[in-house]
Amino acid sequence: MFGFVLRRVLQMVPMLIAIALLIFVLFSLIPGSFATGQQDEGLGLDMAVVARMRAELGLDDPLYVRFGRYVQQLATLDLGISFRSKQPVIEMISARLWPSLSLTAAAMGFAISVGLPLGFVAALRPGSVADLSLMVIAVSGLSLPVFWLGILLMYLFALTLGWFPSFGYGDGGLWHLALPAMALGVSPMALLARTTRAAVLDIMNADFVRTARSKGMNEFRVVVWHVLRNALVLVLTTIGLQFGSLLGQGVVVEKLFAWPGVGSLLVDSVFQRDIPAVQGCILMITLFFLVINTSVDIAYKLIDPRIRYT
Amino acid sequence: MKIQANLAIGGGLTALALFVGVFGPWLAHTDPIMDANLMNAELSPSAEFWFGTDQQGRDIWSRVMYGAQISLTVGIGSQLINTAIGTTLGVTAGYWGGWWDDFVNGLTNLMLAIPSLIFALAIMAILGPGLTSLMIALGLTNWSYTCRISRAQALAVRTQGYVQAARVLGYGDVRIMFTQILPNTLGPIIVIATLGMGGTILAEAALSFLGLGVRPPAPSWGSMLSDARETITTAPWLSLFPGLAIFITVLGLNLLGDGLRDVLDPQSRSRR
Repeated sequence: MFGFVLRRVLQMVPMLIAIALLIFVLFSLIPGSFATGQQDEGLGLDMAVVARMRAELGLDDPLYVRFGRYVQQLATLDLGISFRSKQPVIEMISARLWPSLSLTAAAMGFAISVGLPLGFVAALRPGSVADLSLMVIAVSGLSLPVFWLGILLMYLFALTLGWFPSFGYGDGGLWHLALPAMALGVSPMALLARTTRAAVLDIMNADFVRTARSKGMNEFRVVVWHVLRNALVLVLTTIGLQFGSLLGQGVVVEKLFAWPGVGSLLVDSVFQRDIPAVQGCILMITLFFLVINTSVDIAYKLIDPRIRYT
Repeated sequence: MKIQANLAIGGGLTALALFVGVFGPWLAHTDPIMDANLMNAELSPSAEFWFGTDQQGRDIWSRVMYGAQISLTVGIGSQLINTAIGTTLGVTAGYWGGWWDDFVNGLTNLMLAIPSLIFALAIMAILGPGLTSLMIALGLTNWSYTCRISRAQALAVRTQGYVQAARVLGYGDVRIMFTQILPNTLGPIIVIATLGMGGTILAEAALSFLGLGVRPPAPSWGSMLSDARETITTAPWLSLFPGLAIFITVLGLNLLGDGLRDVLDPQSRSRR
């Protein structure tokens, strides 16, 4: 098991380098640079100053030299210095990591705690009113724009009823977390409910469940021991895959609720053409996604011993 | 064959969205950008202004009608790019195999490792806002599933008798891929493209909402919602209608995709 975990973790390294290369090459394609950008903004910099800034920022070196330097920096967890704030990017991101992580975790927590039981109940009574209502909720949840849902929740629960604050981080507690987490969590909740329903329905008809029942095993044990355990593999896959869209949509929700996370730093940095900060944020979000996917892979093996990796 | 409910409702909603997209300019009462009149600012829905007016007194109904054009243009355009890239890479990788297959697999894994909205956001940062940039950004970032499916299909089909017969008859690789392999992948690809279009319309709205997509005063549903945030207490209808338009369009496409899957890709029923 230890060897397997180590192998999966090491497999992340080449992927991370490939992602760094892709992001680096993409941002090298940007026409103009931060220095010329400041000139465009009418800051009145003359060409000599622009040339000096370019040289200071190392923008005149060939692409491969810059990439070599970039990878070297990354290896020491150095994401460069922000063009705008002159702070190390890693410090800017660290300060915003916790709000992002807590929002993502709360949204996924909401999705799992609501979606899983809903899907399960619907599968146990297929064709019932509960089942049909769930399907309507699931399809609707998947079609809702997350920021629109956020605005509606804000209007209803914050501005009309006054139950929650309408935006901001506050002390980062549940009180402030509730609305953004709910807005972000509805879409994965809908998908999770649908996947759970389909998985449980499939497994309920499997031979080993029929065998267990005919042996006289009580229904509760059948459901928990056979159905739930087998459905978990599929559900786990959905959770892993959903993290990608959760991290993407998280950017929008953070902006909407003025949540001080990595996502809102990314959007602000894009507007300020702060390339090191943009690269750093994208790399950090992608690294987080890779870690989640690797953890899901490892969890598969713990849940289902039949799964063998070569 | 009995027409399923999701196919019928999804098809109806999608047809409605397409109708509004094509005939929006005729359905609109006023010009969505030029007809600003501060005397009419923030009027609630009425017989004259069905969906009310915004901060600058522009008719929301007209802006929502025009907005359909933007959403559908980006949705269809980017999905065409996605499908072209995904199918070309997938079919050639599955058919040729070898180092090309390894390369395409690596590229697909790389694409799947980056959250697609984040990747699209990076490309928008490079290309700058605008309709064409949106189509390119969303078209370059969502092809991995199409690629995977068409590769798997090509792998399954390439050893079949009729493909070998075509080879014996002297067909070239490109002709075999077009006439023998591609038709076999069409069903699942149409399903993915339909479901994916809902996703790209949501992504377009999200990017425009962030100010990175279509810039105001163009009536994109996403940027209308972004403007509406500031007046949510005084004029909540500004947030209601553009959001409803996105929701109905995406719901239609999702239901249509689900329905098409049952018809075109019946094997997937057991996979769900």
